[in-house]
Amino acid sequence: METSPEQEDPRHRAQVRRDRRAAAPDGRNEVLAQDAAELDTFPKHLLLNAERFGDRSAMRHKDFGIWQSWTWKEQRDEIRAFALGLSAMGVRRGDKVAVVGANRPRLYWSIAALQSLSAIPVPVYADAVAEEMAYVLDHAGVRLAVVQDQEQVDKVLSFAEKIPALQTLIYDEPRGLAEYDHARLKSFAEVQEEGRAIMRRDASAAADWEQGIRSASGEDVSIMLYTSGTTGRSKGVMIRAAAAVQAARDTVEFDRLTEKDSVLAYLPLAWVGDHYLNYAQGYVSGFCVNCPESQETVAQDLREIAPTFYFAPPRVFEGLLTMVTIRMEDASRLKKWLFDRCVAHARKYGEAILEGRPVPLVARLVYRIGDFLVYGPLKNVLGLSNIRIAYTAGEAIGEELFSFFRSLGINLKQLYGQTEAFLYITVQADGKVRSDAVGPAAPNVEIRISDAGEVQFKSPGMFGGYYLDEEKTKEALTPDGYVRTGDAGFFDRDGQLRIIDRAKDVGRLNSGALFAPKYIENALKFFPNIKEAVAFGDGRDFCAAFINIDLTAVGNWAERNNIAYASYQELAGHSEVYAMIGRHVDEINLKLSKEPMMAGAQIRRFLILHKELDADDGELTRTQKVRRGFIGDRYLELIEALYDGSAEKYVETEVTYEDGRKGRIRATVRIADAKVYAAPVETARREAAE
Amino acid sequence: MNVHAEQAQFAAHEDGLARGQVLLEVRNVSLSFGGVKAITDISFDIRKGEIRAIIGPNGAGKTSMLNVINGFYTPQQGTIMFRGVERRAMKPHHAVRQGIARTFQNVALFKGMSTLDNIMAGRSTLMKRNIGWQMLWHGPALREEIEHRKVVEEIIDFLEIQHIRRTPVGRLPYGLQKRVELGRALAMEPTLLLLDEPMAGMNLEEKEDMSRFILEVNRQRGTTIALIEHDMGVVMDLSDRVVVLDYGKKIADGTPDEVKNDQAVIDAYLGVPH
Repeated sequence: METSPEQEDPRHRAQVRRDRRAAAPDGRNEVLAQDAAELDTFPKHLLLNAERFGDRSAMRHKDFGIWQSWTWKEQRDEIRAFALGLSAMGVRRGDKVAVVGANRPRLYWSIAALQSLSAIPVPVYADAVAEEMAYVLDHAGVRLAVVQDQEQVDKVLSFAEKIPALQTLIYDEPRGLAEYDHARLKSFAEVQEEGRAIMRRDASAAADWEQGIRSASGEDVSIMLYTSGTTGRSKGVMIRAAAAVQAARDTVEFDRLTEKDSVLAYLPLAWVGDHYLNYAQGYVSGFCVNCPESQETVAQDLREIAPTFYFAPPRVFEGLLTMVTIRMEDASRLKKWLFDRCVAHARKYGEAILEGRPVPLVARLVYRIGDFLVYGPLKNVLGLSNIRIAYTAGEAIGEELFSFFRSLGINLKQLYGQTEAFLYITVQADGKVRSDAVGPAAPNVEIRISDAGEVQFKSPGMFGGYYLDEEKTKEALTPDGYVRTGDAGFFDRDGQLRIIDRAKDVGRLNSGALFAPKYIENALKFFPNIKEAVAFGDGRDFCAAFINIDLTAVGNWAERNNIAYASYQELAGHSEVYAMIGRHVDEINLKLSKEPMMAGAQIRRFLILHKELDADDGELTRTQKVRRGFIGDRYLELIEALYDGSAEKYVETEVTYEDGRKGRIRATVRIADAKVYAAPVETARREAAE
Repeated sequence: MNVHAEQAQFAAHEDGLARGQVLLEVRNVSLSFGGVKAITDISFDIRKGEIRAIIGPNGAGKTSMLNVINGFYTPQQGTIMFRGVERRAMKPHHAVRQGIARTFQNVALFKGMSTLDNIMAGRSTLMKRNIGWQMLWHGPALREEIEHRKVVEEIIDFLEIQHIRRTPVGRLPYGLQKRVELGRALAMEPTLLLLDEPMAGMNLEEKEDMSRFILEVNRQRGTTIALIEHDMGVVMDLSDRVVVLDYGKKIADGTPDEVKNDQAVIDAYLGVPH
């Protein structure tokens, strides 16, 4: 009962592998090329896929412990019923409809159903607090909202009065909603039933719907994605259908994705990454999208599905490695020894084998044995055993971390992208992969570096402006039509782009030394014990940092060293923890001192924050990026303490609990000094002279 | 194909009683252990479909009262009427058959078994195939097991514990163990659910979750609930009627508002100067 027969049957897996080998992308690409001009929206692909892959799985969702699945034909029927129901509710071309919730089949269908009516879906981050959500819904002027469950219904209803345009809420899960006033509420099933009733009454309704899809224009806006708002209010990025399809088609060809691939959809629905990697690529290539049972079961679901295409931000890979390391610490001595030996061998030869470079025969054989004993089982536990292509992006990834996964035989690559580009700007090709760069321009993308060092691009998936914000749109575009990314970067010797930091974050210390905060923060974050770091220094005398410890890693370390603690706050303030973090900072300073550009910005003083940085408190964006400006204001006292030489500082911080209530945390935060190394003057001079 | 759209299968036993009719009545019950009088001459009733709270300071006799209802203790005096029938001395498993399930003040799960197995254990009294069939496993026993597993999966979905389905409960944090225990009680599809301090030792968020589950069980499954709880906020929010015990005696009985303003209750909780 645990898994569908498809999953459990080993013969099926073998079949999938054979199919995958036999898949000849060329024939299929021809079809795509032929229809390229006509296939300029996702609903057009839906109709096509229902014909060409009719009986293949398009969508799976684990429910009541079993993987339920829908074929492309069934998926089309579900979408059609919902679309006709929406149409009966008066949804017309250009109407905006919010989609709020986790990765669930019905929400993906809502997006497709809306697009099939040329209406515009506006996915919203499900974990956004009411105020953020109200802003987006109001700004977009949504008429309807399709939401997942009671939690989202409650949230939307709490501000519904303030948004006059919002008429009706459609919910997926009826649980807990029976006693609600249904004047403004409808269930997804009801709307679908209405659609099916229309089809029974009117024999031509289905054909009219298909006709509507065929005659739709690729110039229409396909989706509006609100940026996560790293800086200020989020903006509604409009993506046109033809552009979206073209962008997806380029990368589907680039990575040779076919209907035989599968993905686990666990990224936030409202994020461009999810919409692109799972929805857009899924419709263009016809692969199967698997929705996890719940947010907490993702790791287990990943293991059961074993997708072939996988995307995760670096912090997920970091989490996996931390987990593996912790478990191995607790393993028996023999196992630990075997693991260490095998991983050491993989580190030496694994990447070369992955990239098909020459490797001695004996090393190859040993790798095979290692694969049987360690790498294979490990990948299986992590759910990565079938991975053909994996990507990471969003933040810099540590060399150690990156090569660990690659050495196991996982084809992990990097890409660099933005909502405004409809994701891809650069992407690494198989075999040309490095951890410190993000690859050359993606297919059909033009990139240039402005005189100020900013990365600018032009691409097929380029956005059609910010919704109702001419001014910001103008700011984002150069006069000759390139999009400004706001990131500072440069192309290195082998043509791969390297991103240093946000262009506006790169600053200088009073001494004139270059200060790139993210560079320093990333270096710190590569230690498993450090979860988050915020560096300060622009316009100051020296560089200083806030550090967030990783509770999993440090907690485990504390357990092994008999350090008792009751809370995050207590552990963070522990002197042993300070000593350990101090050693990490010392290591970073030594590393920085060897880099002529960065040697001036070594960390002189640091503190371990008394609370974890949290998106609910506005300290991180919903995609878990640090909001530097906000943190700067919120912890002003602590920053001053870093620079005025005091050894500790008492602070009170307001925190927001998950249910929206507020509380205060009080703490006395210690500030530690770190050793600074002299810059290697001669080397610097010599390099400068070269 | 969407299984969520189907009507939920686990529900309270149908027993022909309408909402609001008396389901269980305690009449002049007294219970003593040797010289210690745990309960003295207590009478109250529990009506079908309500949430009935039993509160009182420590040692007031709340858990003893629950044990009497459950059939674990047989009172020396007084009678207990369940669905209008007077109950004779009985064992707790008889109570289960009659549709009374409970959770415990100190979690009493099978620590080494997974969440799934623990909740499945709650179905054991409902399984019809004997041990011989169960050992054979195939055929009717398997079909029966699948039927029961479906109900258990609904409970797992209802309590949002999918992620710990395969985890041995001994490894779970306390709040989740309490949730699993509730799941096991629900698996018996009880008419009357007895909860002994369901929120003890929980943090605010866990309490809110637990309150939501209790309310939903009551509203949507129609299960009658009797609960003992120390958190007054929770009691006042959740329950329809409250009975207050102090030193084994009933000192008040009524709606939360009535009880809150009752002088005897205030004295019992805040103490009176002597």
